[in-house]
Amino acid sequence: MLAYTFKRLGLAVLVALTVSIIAYLLLYLSGDPAIALAGEGARQADIEMIRHTYGLDRPLIVQYGDWLWKLLQGDFGISVYFKTEVGPLIFDKLKTTLLLGISALGFALLVSVPLGILAALYKNSWIDRICLAVAVLGQALPNFFFALLLIMLFSISWHMLPVSGSGTWQHFVMPAIALGYYVAPAFMRLIRAGMIEVLSADYIRTARAKGLPARSVIFKHALRNAIVPVVALAAVQLGFLLGGSVVIETIFALDGLGYLAYQSITFKDYPVMQIIVLLLSAIYVLLTLASDIANAWLDPRIRVS
Amino acid sequence: MSSNETVLDVQGLHVDIRTAGGVLHAVRDVSFQVKRGETLCLVGESGCGKSMTSLAIMSLLPKIAHRSARRLTFLAEDLNLAGKKRINDLRGNKMAMIFQDPMTALNPAYTIGDQLTEHYLHHRETSAGQARSRAVELLEKVGIASAAQRLGQYPHQLSGGLRQRVMIAMALMCGPELLIADEPSTALDVTIQAQILRVLADLQADLGIAMVLITHDLGVVARIADRVAVMYAGEVVEDGPAQEIFATPQHPYTQGLMRCIPVPGRTPPGGKLGTIPGVVPSLIGNLQGCAFRDRCEWAKSICQETVPVHASAAGQRWRCIKNQNGAFA
Amino acid sequence: MPAPTIYSASQAIPLRDVALTRRSTWQRLLQNKALTIGGGLLLVILILAVFAPWLSPHDPYIQDLTYRTVPPVWYEKGTWLHPLGTDQLGRDYLSRVFYGARISLLIGVSVALISGLIGTTMGMVAGYFGGKADMIVSFMVTTRLSMPVILVALATVAIVGGSLWVVILVLGLLKWDRFAVVMRSATQQVRSLEYIAAAQAAGASTLRIILSEVLPNVIPHLIVIATLEAASAILLEAALSFLGLGVQPPLPSWGLMISEAKAYMFFSFWLIAIPGTALALLIFAINLAGDGLHQLLTPEERT
Repeated sequence: MLAYTFKRLGLAVLVALTVSIIAYLLLYLSGDPAIALAGEGARQADIEMIRHTYGLDRPLIVQYGDWLWKLLQGDFGISVYFKTEVGPLIFDKLKTTLLLGISALGFALLVSVPLGILAALYKNSWIDRICLAVAVLGQALPNFFFALLLIMLFSISWHMLPVSGSGTWQHFVMPAIALGYYVAPAFMRLIRAGMIEVLSADYIRTARAKGLPARSVIFKHALRNAIVPVVALAAVQLGFLLGGSVVIETIFALDGLGYLAYQSITFKDYPVMQIIVLLLSAIYVLLTLASDIANAWLDPRIRVS
Repeated sequence: MSSNETVLDVQGLHVDIRTAGGVLHAVRDVSFQVKRGETLCLVGESGCGKSMTSLAIMSLLPKIAHRSARRLTFLAEDLNLAGKKRINDLRGNKMAMIFQDPMTALNPAYTIGDQLTEHYLHHRETSAGQARSRAVELLEKVGIASAAQRLGQYPHQLSGGLRQRVMIAMALMCGPELLIADEPSTALDVTIQAQILRVLADLQADLGIAMVLITHDLGVVARIADRVAVMYAGEVVEDGPAQEIFATPQHPYTQGLMRCIPVPGRTPPGGKLGTIPGVVPSLIGNLQGCAFRDRCEWAKSICQETVPVHASAAGQRWRCIKNQNGAFA
Repeated sequence: MPAPTIYSASQAIPLRDVALTRRSTWQRLLQNKALTIGGGLLLVILILAVFAPWLSPHDPYIQDLTYRTVPPVWYEKGTWLHPLGTDQLGRDYLSRVFYGARISLLIGVSVALISGLIGTTMGMVAGYFGGKADMIVSFMVTTRLSMPVILVALATVAIVGGSLWVVILVLGLLKWDRFAVVMRSATQQVRSLEYIAAAQAAGASTLRIILSEVLPNVIPHLIVIATLEAASAILLEAALSFLGLGVQPPLPSWGLMISEAKAYMFFSFWLIAIPGTALALLIFAINLAGDGLHQLLTPEERT
């Protein structure tokens, strides 16, 4: 178990390093980053000055090494557009995005777990079919379109929720739903399949033979075993949700990492953009690591051995 | 309660299963009684309906199966009329069941202690500490050493034999009146099989409960049965006191089964055992007459019609056209 | 102790079901409701897209500022001249929706092809050779999965400059992960089967074995993944275009149409509802057809 953990950690570090290289090289996609940073119609002298101040005249490997070294020391560079340090700028917004991601995941689970259980209990009945239809329809709806529909409904027609901003919890309701509904069907299908498999297991018959009430059989004995793969998926999906926050936060002008990413991309603020790509990747790597550990912990066959 | 009180009374039990090809009559007109302190062995090949019979009694049939019975009483209570809630009050409490495969019958996610005590805590108003000491007591009774430590272990940490002992202890937690054991030793190693059966036989005698043991192993039957019911193709073809059945099997199928067991002293080493030629008939659709007739050496054309049930003075009953003297009725 | 002769009752069940499994493929195809509905809908959209120049009542690019935001025909002020109304620049909406289908389908097919080619190659190499090749491919997949697609795509398009072909290329280069994962395990599975050993014993070259023995066996999986990836690529393009960093105006991308109409949605809701519904219908059709194909092509995985 310990050897496995170390191997897993080593892999995570290696992945993060590779992503950092890719994130850094993003800058060179345009050909000359100095020109890109200077903006359209910049004079040659300005371009040269930018090239020098950002150290872009050094060999590539030195630039990257310098960037990474500073990164590891906590120096994330200076934002071109906001003219402030990238570190504080990002970590301030990260809280908002994490909150959004977790609420979206919470919403997805809140919808999918009961529906998945219901669909499994009434397999092949009309209840099951309705759940499936909702899932298929849900996955066909583009999230930005769904977000606009929510705004039309809750803000314009019913005046229940604010259209944009990030001051109060009400500001998070629509973004969380718009972000979370899209991953709910995946959870629903997983829970349905897991529950169907588990419900036919011998130990469920044992539990029923012991005279335990239905809720104990379903929730304690069946769900506990069907939920294990859901945990792994939840970690992966949370990473996906954080990436998807770019679209949703931009629509609702929610002041998080996704909105910042959108701004940095439109304003060609490369230092910020690179750090956000790297940060979201690092979070994903951490999440998959955590889910592996959680999985091992949830399965006594791995935990106790 | 008198010692010879009837605990379980089954009369005319049917189990029908809807399949794509038609209705499968898995259990047909099965009747038997089990008294307190008595062991009834249900014997037959795989697929003869023994397991379905036991699941029907426990109300554990799969959704596609339908149970009907002229009479199905447990401790004089009509199970046909009992609702879900009442059945749950009885199951695991007054009537308990042990399953064939101990490797899959325990939930891998919970400790032995949790699974031993949860239904005890549910059925009795008692403390967790009380339940744990009851669990330790029973684990010791089924022959598990260092019982207290076992409570914290998970099923995967125990061997198959130990797990089946745990299953037995679990079934006995609430002190049931009826114990149904469905092939409790079949999935285990041969040496362990004998141990598990010994534990079961000892406990049954010790606690004086009624037991229904389902098996295809006549050697087991010979050792622990008080009464035997032989099932074939969903029907009980012969039943009666174990001694009578072994001494004078009347139904051709029972006789065939007896030829299949080696008898020490009589069967020569390496000698051939008997076999019953042919295959079990399909149980789908309308069935009439004796189900065994295609494999029976005595079969006559009247076997296609309704078969009479004969009875001997010693309480042996069989479903065949032959009477006690081998003559045809 | 030997048990008496045991015969399983299952042997005795009449083999009536065998006849049911031997239905012709065409019958099975029609019985598969998901595939029939999804495939049918997809076919309709495909026809609309291919014949858009002939089916469209107007040129989708011609602006008519005197006819701005005319509502669709079912509104009181609607006119049959513009069945789905006009947009904020007076362009015929029905024509734009037809032409938009071309963009979405082009994106879906091209991205699935590019990423399919990359992912399949990687997966087959990893699955067939194992060892170092497998380690490298698995590492690439892990790394790729850790990067947020939409963010990387947005950044790349922003740096390189947005156009239809840039979007196709960027998405195609990003979305090969699922192909690689599925192809890898499918190849491993097929490889462990005996006939590969037989082919090797017969002296067949590695490339030949992969192309003639492995590939045909994994094609069902590939088709299913390709439909899912096509749907996901279409949604991604729409999102990129919606954010203004994908297909550029005046092309009638559905995502772009929603983005352009966003400011008018309070008064002219149909401006976002029509392209949104079109997008949802297309994705619904592809997903449904994919589900149906999954049932049809890989029945062993269904419970």
